[in-house]
Amino acid sequence: MKTNLKYRKVAAIGAGMTQFRRRVLDTPQEMAWEASRKALDEAGLELKDIDCVVIGSAPDAFDGVHMKGEYLAHGAGGIGKPVSRVYVGGATGVMTAISGWYHVASGMCKKVLAVAEEKMSPGRPHPQAVFRYIWDPITEKPLNPNLIWIFAMEMHRYMFVNKVSKEEIALVSVKNKRNASNNPYAQLGGEITVDDVLRSEVLVWPVQLLDVSPVSDGAAAMVFVDGDIARRYTDIPIWVEGVGWTLDNTSWPGRELAYPRYLENAARMAYTIAGIERPQKEIDVVEPYDPFDYKELHHLEGLLLARKGEAPLLLKEGYFDRDGEIPSSPSGGLLGVGNPIAAAGLMKVISIYWQLKGTAGKMQVKKPVHTGVAQAWGDLMQASTVIVMRN
Amino acid sequence: MENVGIVGIGWYGFSTHVHDLSFREMMFEAAQRAFYDAGGMNPREQVDAFISCQEDFWEGIAISDEFAPDPIGGSMRPTMTVAGDGVQGLAHGIMLVNSGVADVVVVESHAKPSDIMTLPEVVELAMDPLYVRRAKIPNYHFIAGLDAMNFMHRTGVTREDLAEVVIKNRSNGLKTGRAPYASLMTRNDVLNQEMVVEPLSQVDIARPVDASIVIVLASETFARKFNDTPIWITGIGFATDNSNLELANLGEAGYLRKASATAFQMAKIESPLKVNGVFVDDRYSYKELQHLEAIGIMDVAEKLRQGYFHSGSYLPVNPKGGHLAKGYPLEASGLSLVLDAVEYLREGQEAAIVGSWRGIPTFTGGVVVMQR
Repeated sequence: MKTNLKYRKVAAIGAGMTQFRRRVLDTPQEMAWEASRKALDEAGLELKDIDCVVIGSAPDAFDGVHMKGEYLAHGAGGIGKPVSRVYVGGATGVMTAISGWYHVASGMCKKVLAVAEEKMSPGRPHPQAVFRYIWDPITEKPLNPNLIWIFAMEMHRYMFVNKVSKEEIALVSVKNKRNASNNPYAQLGGEITVDDVLRSEVLVWPVQLLDVSPVSDGAAAMVFVDGDIARRYTDIPIWVEGVGWTLDNTSWPGRELAYPRYLENAARMAYTIAGIERPQKEIDVVEPYDPFDYKELHHLEGLLLARKGEAPLLLKEGYFDRDGEIPSSPSGGLLGVGNPIAAAGLMKVISIYWQLKGTAGKMQVKKPVHTGVAQAWGDLMQASTVIVMRN
Repeated sequence: MENVGIVGIGWYGFSTHVHDLSFREMMFEAAQRAFYDAGGMNPREQVDAFISCQEDFWEGIAISDEFAPDPIGGSMRPTMTVAGDGVQGLAHGIMLVNSGVADVVVVESHAKPSDIMTLPEVVELAMDPLYVRRAKIPNYHFIAGLDAMNFMHRTGVTREDLAEVVIKNRSNGLKTGRAPYASLMTRNDVLNQEMVVEPLSQVDIARPVDASIVIVLASETFARKFNDTPIWITGIGFATDNSNLELANLGEAGYLRKASATAFQMAKIESPLKVNGVFVDDRYSYKELQHLEAIGIMDVAEKLRQGYFHSGSYLPVNPKGGHLAKGYPLEASGLSLVLDAVEYLREGQEAAIVGSWRGIPTFTGGVVVMQR
């Protein structure tokens, strides 16, 4: 990791999303275009103004298309332009924004469209079937593990090491689904109680149905431009101030699952670049990746916004509520908005962008915000991507 | 943009079937050789970021980037995947250097097509599910056939010219240890082959090969710490033309024209004729000529007939054999051309151009300008 920064300043000036829903009838290309068009409209740009396109999408098997970046290039407006697809499993969404950032920061492009798309519903018999092929083909695949098994192990380990109860974890689901009821793009917002979560169907103990984000289809897009020209297009550019990403080793059974050390690495990289020394004091709003409710707590600790094992306590005290000290997932997160994997990650970045811009509408947090952090996570519980933005 | 140097390069494979190593072991071998080549660097301490270029369906693994970090030294480090050709990965590496988050970047790509039992079916899955895939094309080379016919009709390239490309490249391959398909052929050998798809015979079509390639990039400030004679990348570009087959402009390589415009502008070269080694994708014999035309070399058929593109001439093209001789290692294809170019420059030449393509059914390519 390096912090000798000679980079150009980069601003986000537009963002757009499709609604997150299950069994959307639009094709992946159509969804990518809907999000891209909205992002371009907010930025006040036309496709011809865009120099480069970055695409993010997670496993190819969800859409059932080989070389999905090539396929999405058309919908993402990449025809006749430099187009590339970046990819780190579930952490792809924020990586798409990071890649958009370095396309501009490096001087390669002036205006970049970053598009993330995922259509999980077509997976048969269930999108989980795709996850049967993420394992080591020799040592793990023959056991036919299910993705929820390993997260159950991680959740169990987190609960055991930090002495956390299911009730404390369920509060994340309650908070996020409540936040999502203010989000017009959300799939699964609503008022639920801890009891609802505890009475929901057990998938793999201790993971229950309401601990998990839903299967979704969706797309999200952002426009990043060179800092020198940002104010030509908007009065309120939102600056990308820090980026970080890390992959741990592939061997997940050999790791301490209670703490995401790879995330700490990624966060430290992003904070160093952004000049953040005391994250808990300096960060005003955060969107940690929450495909499972315990993951939000796990990630808040990895982001150094709570000490190890302390996140559940702070959550209970309302520290992470929409009107708390550091509002966490004010958009409703993946638990509430939905989880079209790569698009969900970029949705997190967009949520921070809207918060900092002050255009989050009913989602807007109570306190004034200047610094926001979005994060995503994926692969074999090994990848994390972090982005810091300021207004 | 700052020039970035290639300070180490390593490869493993270029065999029709690497049966004793897994893809991860191949990556490890290539990485070891690249780090040795870069003055014995320690990747755990001296590399700032890692990029792997691969595609899920080639690997037979969903989320294949999970397996990227360990064999190349990238675990607990900034490691990411570019789902594209290795040349796109190189471009991302250069952007990481120029944005200031890295001084030393490792770019890796590998392919093990010998593990793929249904290669044509995987290629078919890259086609649009609504418009093209349902047409049940019996043989995906048919798209190349259409492209070739259009190109030949427009430029006057003949079947004999294509045979000349095959003969030239396959014999050039005899000079390297990385060309399992190298051979000495006569014009009659080529012209008497049975057609796979008009106008392409079996010998006009490059075959897949197992290989892994790792490249160590360093910023201008850092490059000489690892290597006295880095090979400088002075220009790089990539582009996608119409990505849908139904809208494509067949007969032209528009993607490479756009990519080369960016790369040449960055490298400040006015004409590719000022560079004395060209390494372009020749997955099909006609593609070599089509790609040469796209990077700005006019009257390719005439130049080929005059012997311009042969080894020892003014402008040798694929002097290490190209894909027709060494096979194409899927996503590592672009890097395999870069590898040839690095060797060529290390032998004493001044400059080289690499032009890569992602293969049927894509319309994406990348161009790299390299100088010693």
